[in-house]
Amino acid sequence: MRNPYRTQKIAFFVLLVATLLIVIPVGMIVVIIVQKGLPAINWEFLSDIPRKGMRAGGIFPAIVGTIYLVGGAIVFALPIGLLAAIYLSEYSKDNLLTRLIKLAIVNLAGVPSVVYGLFGLALFVVFFKFGASILSGSLTLGIMILPVIVTTSREALESVPSSFREVSLSLGASKWQTIRHIVLPNAIPGILTGTILGLGRAAGETAPILFTVAAFYLPRLPDSIFDQVMALPYHLYVISTQVPNVDEKIRYGTAFVLLALVLFMNLVAIVIRYQFRKKKKW
Amino acid sequence: MRKFKEFIIEKLILLCGLAAIFFVVLIFLFLLKEGLAVFKTVSPFKFLFGESWYPISEPAQLGILPLILGSLLVTVGAAIISVPIGVGCAVYIAEIAPLKIKEVLKAGIELLAAIPSVVLGFIGMVTLVPLVKNVFHLPTGLTALSGSIMLAFMAMPTIVSIAEDALYSVPKTYKEGALALGATHWQTIWRVMLPAASSGILAAVMLGIGRVIGETMAVMMITGNAAVLPKSLLVPVRTLTATIAAEMGEAVVGSEHFFALFAIGIVLFVISFAINVTADLFLHKRQ
Repeated sequence: MRNPYRTQKIAFFVLLVATLLIVIPVGMIVVIIVQKGLPAINWEFLSDIPRKGMRAGGIFPAIVGTIYLVGGAIVFALPIGLLAAIYLSEYSKDNLLTRLIKLAIVNLAGVPSVVYGLFGLALFVVFFKFGASILSGSLTLGIMILPVIVTTSREALESVPSSFREVSLSLGASKWQTIRHIVLPNAIPGILTGTILGLGRAAGETAPILFTVAAFYLPRLPDSIFDQVMALPYHLYVISTQVPNVDEKIRYGTAFVLLALVLFMNLVAIVIRYQFRKKKKW
Repeated sequence: MRKFKEFIIEKLILLCGLAAIFFVVLIFLFLLKEGLAVFKTVSPFKFLFGESWYPISEPAQLGILPLILGSLLVTVGAAIISVPIGVGCAVYIAEIAPLKIKEVLKAGIELLAAIPSVVLGFIGMVTLVPLVKNVFHLPTGLTALSGSIMLAFMAMPTIVSIAEDALYSVPKTYKEGALALGATHWQTIWRVMLPAASSGILAAVMLGIGRVIGETMAVMMITGNAAVLPKSLLVPVRTLTATIAAEMGEAVVGSEHFFALFAIGIVLFVISFAINVTADLFLHKRQ
């Protein structure tokens, strides 16, 4: 401590190293997957069914399955999540109930993903007798992404200035009219960002769909919401641990498609957020 | 008529507001419904502290101590790596990095949070596992150490973003006061900012650890999945989460094995509940 400036230099250098220890591996992961995965991508890989015990062919059923699951999850989670966010931002008072709801949301976000899988198995697959199906999987994923949607939508609603509401109410509009015509339209970009982040989360999760929907090998498309489907994350797990001698190219290719899908959704969310901040009039 | 419509809508909104509480209770109830059945055959004490996990032998031995220790070992390892690095990174981003670099770094951390765990597990298998094997001259690189490193990495986004928030919400006047008294920037960070943000940073660390305990796919792919009492960091272990994920597919619905896996789910749920509630208390103390 004799020379505080030298201490500061050393400390700042250590902090920089800590930061690089996180950021450089992230960059490397993305570079490795793009470098080794991109050459595997062609039209056949994206549009063909898996062949020869998943050692050849494409991943089309897994892509379609993931899209169905994510779509189903959002159909379920968006209305409930949005209304819950409206409750928290517009109606709730500062009392014990509100505190409990917020705590429940935090907890829902913290429940391990494999426990969601167990829950989906017990409730949807066994108790409601939906079987391992798109319906069970979507509902499980939907409950899992609920906290993401509630939290981001609530932030979006709360960032609408209260003067907007006051003007609308003073003109004789009712509370719901004010929310419906004034608050919601101004919060749409934020809500959209949250929804897309939720979608990305649902697309990448494996553990919740393990016992509720995912099929090991099902080289056809589903006929109804009571069918099983293949899904991208589970397919990547299967070909990297369960099936021996899968060509490295197919593994990296699958990882690339999954990563690209998830990162694309995140990118869209970031762009919407950025555009919105630029246009914001208040 | 309109009044009536509004009444219905407002009730619907209240109902959805309560949905989060409803789902948390529902999850817990269904875990209990399926999981408690195992205690008809095994006592809770034997279940938690039994030293062998042979769920399909006759008679089945359902002691989850090896799994608890496996989770604990991997988690402690991950915490030792991720806490100093994560908090250091948060301080760098919040206090030192120039504005433009700050945005890039934050985007990088967000990127890491977005990568699906199965992709990280896959990357761990092809890069980290061979590396650990060669460095320590082991028969296999699928060890608790590999799991710890990978999980430390996965805990980073949580730790960094919440710790950064905590540092950011320290009142500006504290910092200005310290600087005005002649302290260097580092002295201000070390003696003023970090203590002032300590409860938020503690919450960040706890939530990061919560993330690690609950992580499933990556851990299942790179820790080797041997359900034995771990003796060191360099042997294969199996965690609570990986056990559920790996074995539920083969367990017959309604069998003892099935119930035992749900009982493990109860243990995980209770751990994550305790961590989240405590972390939330710390975060509220700050405000």
